[in-house]
Amino acid sequence: MSDSPAWAGSPLTEPEDFDIEVNGEHHVVTCRRDTPVLYALRGDLGLKGTRFGCGLGQCGACFVLFDGHPTPSCDLPVWAAAGHSIVTVEGLATDGRPSRLQRAFTEEQAAQCGYCMSGILISATALLQQEPDPDEARVREALDRNLCRCGSHGRVVRAVLKAAKMETP
Amino acid sequence: MSAGGQSTSGTQPLLSARLEITADGFVNVFVGKVELGQGILTAFAQIAAEELDVALDRVRVFGATTARGPDEGTTSGSRSVMHAGVALRQACAEARARLLEAAASQANVPLGVLCVRDGQILDEHAQPRATYWQFAGTGLLERPASGDAKPKYPGDYTVVGRDAARLDLPDKFAGRPRFIQDLSMPGQLFGRVVRPPAPGACLNALDELAARSISTVVAVVRDGSFLGVVATREDDAVRAAELLRRHASWTEPPTLPDQRAMAEHLKSQPVEDLALARIVDESAHADVAKAIERSYRRPYVAHASIAPGCGVARWEGDGRLTVWTHSQGIFPLRSAIAAACAMEEASVVVHHVEGAGCYGHNSADDAAFDAVLLARAVPGRPVQVVWSRDDEFAWEPYGSAMVVDLRVEVDHRGDIVRWRHDVWGGGHHARPGYADIPGLLGDFEANEAVMAPAEDPSFANGAGNGRNAVPAYRIRDLDVNAHRTLTMPIRTSSLRALGATLNVFAIESVMDELAEAAGVDQVDYRVRQLPDERARAVVRAAADLAGWVHRPAGESLGWGIAYARYKNSCAHCAVVACVEAVSEVRVRQLFVAVDAGQVINPDGLANQIEGGATQAASWAVKEAVTFDRHAITSRDWESYPILRFTEAPTVTVRLLPLQHEPPLGVGECAAGPVTAAIANALHDAIGVRVRDLPLTPDRIDAAIRNA
Repeated sequence: MSDSPAWAGSPLTEPEDFDIEVNGEHHVVTCRRDTPVLYALRGDLGLKGTRFGCGLGQCGACFVLFDGHPTPSCDLPVWAAAGHSIVTVEGLATDGRPSRLQRAFTEEQAAQCGYCMSGILISATALLQQEPDPDEARVREALDRNLCRCGSHGRVVRAVLKAAKMETP
Repeated sequence: MSAGGQSTSGTQPLLSARLEITADGFVNVFVGKVELGQGILTAFAQIAAEELDVALDRVRVFGATTARGPDEGTTSGSRSVMHAGVALRQACAEARARLLEAAASQANVPLGVLCVRDGQILDEHAQPRATYWQFAGTGLLERPASGDAKPKYPGDYTVVGRDAARLDLPDKFAGRPRFIQDLSMPGQLFGRVVRPPAPGACLNALDELAARSISTVVAVVRDGSFLGVVATREDDAVRAAELLRRHASWTEPPTLPDQRAMAEHLKSQPVEDLALARIVDESAHADVAKAIERSYRRPYVAHASIAPGCGVARWEGDGRLTVWTHSQGIFPLRSAIAAACAMEEASVVVHHVEGAGCYGHNSADDAAFDAVLLARAVPGRPVQVVWSRDDEFAWEPYGSAMVVDLRVEVDHRGDIVRWRHDVWGGGHHARPGYADIPGLLGDFEANEAVMAPAEDPSFANGAGNGRNAVPAYRIRDLDVNAHRTLTMPIRTSSLRALGATLNVFAIESVMDELAEAAGVDQVDYRVRQLPDERARAVVRAAADLAGWVHRPAGESLGWGIAYARYKNSCAHCAVVACVEAVSEVRVRQLFVAVDAGQVINPDGLANQIEGGATQAASWAVKEAVTFDRHAITSRDWESYPILRFTEAPTVTVRLLPLQHEPPLGVGECAAGPVTAAIANALHDAIGVRVRDLPLTPDRIDAAIRNA
């Protein structure tokens, strides 16, 4: 009945060093090989912006860009991340200046509790990198793996469409 | 307790309990209400800036803590602006008066010539005579509130009533630490709890060896059927909890009712009856031309916050306890923790820290108490507990399953003559301290105690099952009763709007049928029966916003309207829904008109209404907690789906602000009207009425077959 993540019950391994690239910088984290990247980010690197939502890869709160693709970090073992690029919500700003999506989200006040927004910003960033000028239906499709419980969907969609019209970054 | 808002002690609090002037030019505001994602801290900042005549960015609103007041009970029931906001406005008006008096006396000028511009106190020639900031630390506000200062005339407002950007959102969009899950304290440890597999299950046997073999595990805690683990690494706490779970055996008696017969179950239980309204008109009988009887149902509904519960606790060496929580009520939680631990309240400090969206009594209080129980094993070190998604879905207290039976009689014109409404459901209040017990999940487990049935808020506080059961329409002979079940096989408590969702769904569904039977337009029929002009105005406004008169007809397209005044005393809300329906309902658009009286932050309010409407649409078409005779079976986002981005409706809000009227609570007003408007639109689209929530394809099929 209980729905627990597979890694939690897999045979225990000893901690090892893993070299992972996060927001353009290399870090060595020491943890068990099947530890999800989410815990390495939040616990070992102190990057708290990536959120725990379900641990099952179902809600999108923990999305990071993994080689440019929105990917649940709760479901991504640290061994598989070594040698790849990870971008978290903290990596979206440039020299402390918020990205156009972050600016547009602020302008549209596109959140209530804001807990799901890190993952939504990650999905939206990937969308605009691939499709600079999406229509509303495409924005909704691109965000469909991200759950928002407060009901900020309309504002989020407006903010993404607005960001697409802004100057980069 | 749910009475909330009024629970200050007998003596008048000091002005300094609510605000403080600092030498470096800030106003620190202390509130007892908490940020739940609704933007209340920003609204409070606007109120303070307005009354004190300072710029909004000079106001800093601090998170609530029991370490200093005020105690404003629980943040619930859409009452924060109505009560705490009014109290803050009065305190700020008084603080301004005291500051001006002090400035007049110091500068030796008549009080009447002074005015304030952003904290600068100016004379009649606009010459600066003093500033607020020079009175910092002078003890000027260390006096009881007297109630003698008159707040500003609303017509003079420049901050209140205008859009203000939320103060908390920049951190949240940047991913900066702000949530309770982000707390990182020196020596912090990570706890996980292993919950029983089912309600009523008891821990029989446990082998701790496997869990203890993880080198980072520092404690395994077992107390009755409460079981948990503490580790130095969060991922290892998750692993250890899973190993404990695999090596625990439980007795699991079948304690749950038959999900397929919930209405029959609820109506067969012992109940507490509450008469909500009774008007007797002996002459009514003679005018009855037609009667209809209908029954409406809803399932258990989960809060399903996007983050599972989290709590942090640290026991000091001397037995004092500090707790960090995203609870809606830090003072009631402190009392409950003290009672459960048999200690003095004065030895417990509870701080509020923001969590993910909160829509009622969720797992926050329980997670805090889990941290208390686990941290006791490691004195001096803070322990952070995060629930699993599985536990969140299985153990949070749900909004109760309910059933409404309606009998309505109309005259030959189709106007309502007699109305009888009976509603059954579990209680909607099991917050900490209910039933004179701590009411915390971990405490029930440690004592292997059966949970006392949830209570209902009093009628004066808006009732629970009976919330919004009394229609706003003109009715000659009326009989409305609520029946709270006194058994609780499945844990229930407060979920946004409480019983209003089903009651309004029932009332507004039947109103739709009555209008149709009378051959009158749905909007006109309601307007004709509503005695309150503000009610009629919001119904017309929603219709106008949606273009009701010229609404396009289309294959499988349907339109519906519904109205309610939340709690019969808060905001008026009318909703027009446009749906597309064949075998399933797709909610395309919601048009929401709201009269909330005075509005502090229009955009913040619109944001809350949009969110509440979208969430209610999700409840209406998708959501139901599922269970077998042993356990809850909807335990992840696949078995408990909610509306996604491709399914969420476009929501358009129109506020009818009346700045000279008192503010009316608004946070929960849309739930009932949205639910009913969608069902009415479904009927408009496919010609059948579905009276059993949620409006899923199988229920629509059943309604078509039975039509």
